Amino acid sequence: MDKMPGWADAVLVPLISLVLAAILSALVILGIGEDPIAAVKLMVSGALGSTYGWGYTLYYATNFMFTGLGFAVAFRAAMFNIGGEGQAMLGGLGVAIVCLVIPWPHWTLALLGAMAAGMLFGALWAAIPAYLQAKHGSHIVITTIMFNLIGAAVLNYMLVNVMRPKGSMDPATRRFDETTNLPTFQDMFSTADAVVFRGAPANVTFFIAILACVLVWLLIWRTRLGYEIRAFGHSETGALYAGISPFKIIMIAMLISGGLSGLMAINNVMGEAERLVLNATEGAGFIGIAVALMGRNHPFGVFVAAILFGFLYQGGAELALWTNIPRELIVVIQALVILFTGALDNMVRMPLERIFLRLRKGAS
Amino acid sequence: MADQAPAIELRGISKAFGPVQANKDISISVMPGTIHGIIGENGAGKSTLMSILYGFYKADAGEIFINGQKTDIPDSQAAIAAGIGMVFQHFKLVQNFTVLENIILGAEDGGLLKPSLAKARKTLLELEKEYELNADPDAVIEDIGVGKQQRVEILKALYRQAEILILDEPTGVLTPAEADQLFRILHRLKDEGKTIILITHKLREIMDATDTVSVMRRGEMTATVKTYETNPENLAELMVGRKVLLQIDKAPAKPGETVLDIENLHVVDQAGVERVKGISLNVRAGEIVGVAGVAGNGQSELMEVLGGMRPGTGSVQLKGQPLPLSGLGSDGQARRQQGIAHVPEDRQREGLIMDFYAWENVAFGYHHNPEYQRNRLLMDNAALRADTERKIEKFDVRPANGWLTAKNFSGGNQQKIVVAREIESEPELLLIGQPTRGVDVGAIEFIHRQIVALRDAGKAVLLVSVELDEILSLSDRIAVMFDGHIMGERLPGETDEKELGLLMAGMNGEAA
Repeated sequence: MDKMPGWADAVLVPLISLVLAAILSALVILGIGEDPIAAVKLMVSGALGSTYGWGYTLYYATNFMFTGLGFAVAFRAAMFNIGGEGQAMLGGLGVAIVCLVIPWPHWTLALLGAMAAGMLFGALWAAIPAYLQAKHGSHIVITTIMFNLIGAAVLNYMLVNVMRPKGSMDPATRRFDETTNLPTFQDMFSTADAVVFRGAPANVTFFIAILACVLVWLLIWRTRLGYEIRAFGHSETGALYAGISPFKIIMIAMLISGGLSGLMAINNVMGEAERLVLNATEGAGFIGIAVALMGRNHPFGVFVAAILFGFLYQGGAELALWTNIPRELIVVIQALVILFTGALDNMVRMPLERIFLRLRKGAS
Repeated sequence: MADQAPAIELRGISKAFGPVQANKDISISVMPGTIHGIIGENGAGKSTLMSILYGFYKADAGEIFINGQKTDIPDSQAAIAAGIGMVFQHFKLVQNFTVLENIILGAEDGGLLKPSLAKARKTLLELEKEYELNADPDAVIEDIGVGKQQRVEILKALYRQAEILILDEPTGVLTPAEADQLFRILHRLKDEGKTIILITHKLREIMDATDTVSVMRRGEMTATVKTYETNPENLAELMVGRKVLLQIDKAPAKPGETVLDIENLHVVDQAGVERVKGISLNVRAGEIVGVAGVAGNGQSELMEVLGGMRPGTGSVQLKGQPLPLSGLGSDGQARRQQGIAHVPEDRQREGLIMDFYAWENVAFGYHHNPEYQRNRLLMDNAALRADTERKIEKFDVRPANGWLTAKNFSGGNQQKIVVAREIESEPELLLIGQPTRGVDVGAIEFIHRQIVALRDAGKAVLLVSVELDEILSLSDRIAVMFDGHIMGERLPGETDEKELGLLMAGMNGEAA
């Protein structure tokens, strides 16, 4: 029998990890002479207390959903794709190119075009490490992390030397045309009497991220391809026995993974900045790894974990703004959450398994 | 002997792993200078019991007495100090060390190697002489055969002054001749006053070698008897808890047209070593051809090429159609479409995805079959689960629950899932490797009957097994492989274990 019921594995373990991370964070805040309870209150009210706060929380969450899903798909094929950051950057390049070059008549068409370009660029950026892994066994962790650095350099070059408008000192593209601007939550949900989500960047791509969660779920659990990806991820020799080509699975899983990370660009580049700037991804590719691990590499888990990290991001920004808690401490808190929910998973899981075993023995 | 203390006495040993009671109130006593057999199905708790004795696990309850002294064995160091030596199923030798270096490994006298080596060499040579266990101290382990390697393991234990030797499934990797030699060594050790515990699932070894035998079933010791007072049928019944047919009933084969025709097949592995060196073999419809041989003589590679898992060169025809041996159309998918089903040798790494549910595993390799698709995009999981229920019922898989992951089934039931999937695909040719490795006696009988039933339905079966008994009882024709060659073909009625054993060791039957 399995050691723990499924709900305990999916809900209880991350929850306890989270509480432990919170307690440790509170101790750190106490240690620098601030009030942890006030800090929590500020984070909650800042991130969730207003439609403005929600608008930021969900904006960040959208980014993390895309990169988290990207990581999760590759992980199902036992590929540790830590190149989400670079793939999202290149996705941004693709989105910027289609938005700048093509005179779109309406945002819906622009969105479709940008989605295609973002996915294509992200997928291509993942394809090279994938090919090297599949054909020559070059370890995907090493190659993808190097491709993050190469991607940053490519973007740097493109922005400084190619895409920067003449006379501008800023390494960024010009603003995209207005016909490509996506409707924000403010546009979508404000009524004549009340303006909501004022100035917040959350936009229509949030719903595309939700759709992506559902589609990834279908792909992994309901299609032949998903079946093959999972089988390969569990046992490469098993896949060989069943006639599943390792080359095909590594390539396809990594293309989908890179495509999903690249798709993030419709949120941050097209939806928020409305131009391509340097370091537009702001580490979302790496947060995506933590999101996927915390969400057990399940699309619905990714959804929940992404919103949690969106809250931490936005709440953390509020803390830095209104208290003497330095910006760096926010990073510490986020790191603690990643540490506990990702790396120290077994520390919580093992005692919990023991408790469940004892309970079961007591019952039987 | 009456007032002598037992060499080992266990009283009321219990051990649970979570909800699984691996050992339940087990008591045995083994007199010095005897060979005591422990027999039981896979998962009966034999290995757990021995691991407790050797200090790998701590018993939840119970006491251990060595020579009448109550002894605590918290770790393997304590076991060695108490005079217990263990020879594992998988040898624990450093491949690129010499025999001598392996023997003193972990028992060096000081920081400097040279004096210990010199001293050890003397002791070793004395031991070898005393027990007639010759092994060249300067030979490197990877250059000597498995039989010799096992001897080194025994010497290792003797060097540490073991009085009690535990051997875990010692004959699994040996030819019959090597096994006979091992038993001669064991008898010699017994005559010198050593106590030997032999763990095995082979009834014949128990009958041949032991003085007393204990039978384990589901964590309990069901009986301890004097070997001369029992017989194999009786032991099998004690192991399984019901009457078991040891000999398979089968009608003579009615072979039809040739289904599989192998001509001059060569296989080179990833390391560039030639594993199969130009073999030719055919299998006809309604016939079981058994390939005998010691593990590692090319049988696995033969099966893997036919199953589409690795490339080869030569010519293979299935019902007159050439089978691609590399490149396009040579993978497992293509093989299945051509009507080749494959029960792989290693069901846990190949035949099943251990973390998949049983119902997911039922489609493994057949996940492209139209009956499992709902539409062009999605699989029909409901149809798959219904099919699984049917197969679980027909093949008596226990527990009968498709929502358990494969790792939660016993070895025998895992194998039943694989066999059900492959046989029910109605193949022209069934490749089946080690069909009953790690499978309990009850399930062995069932699986054997299924294989024979497939043959009787006019299908071809190519069987690879390292168990000679299995080859002899199932096959209609036997081919023996040694070092990538087929040494000869025999009919089961016209040969015996001795002749096959010689062929397996690379000696031509006529020459011997």
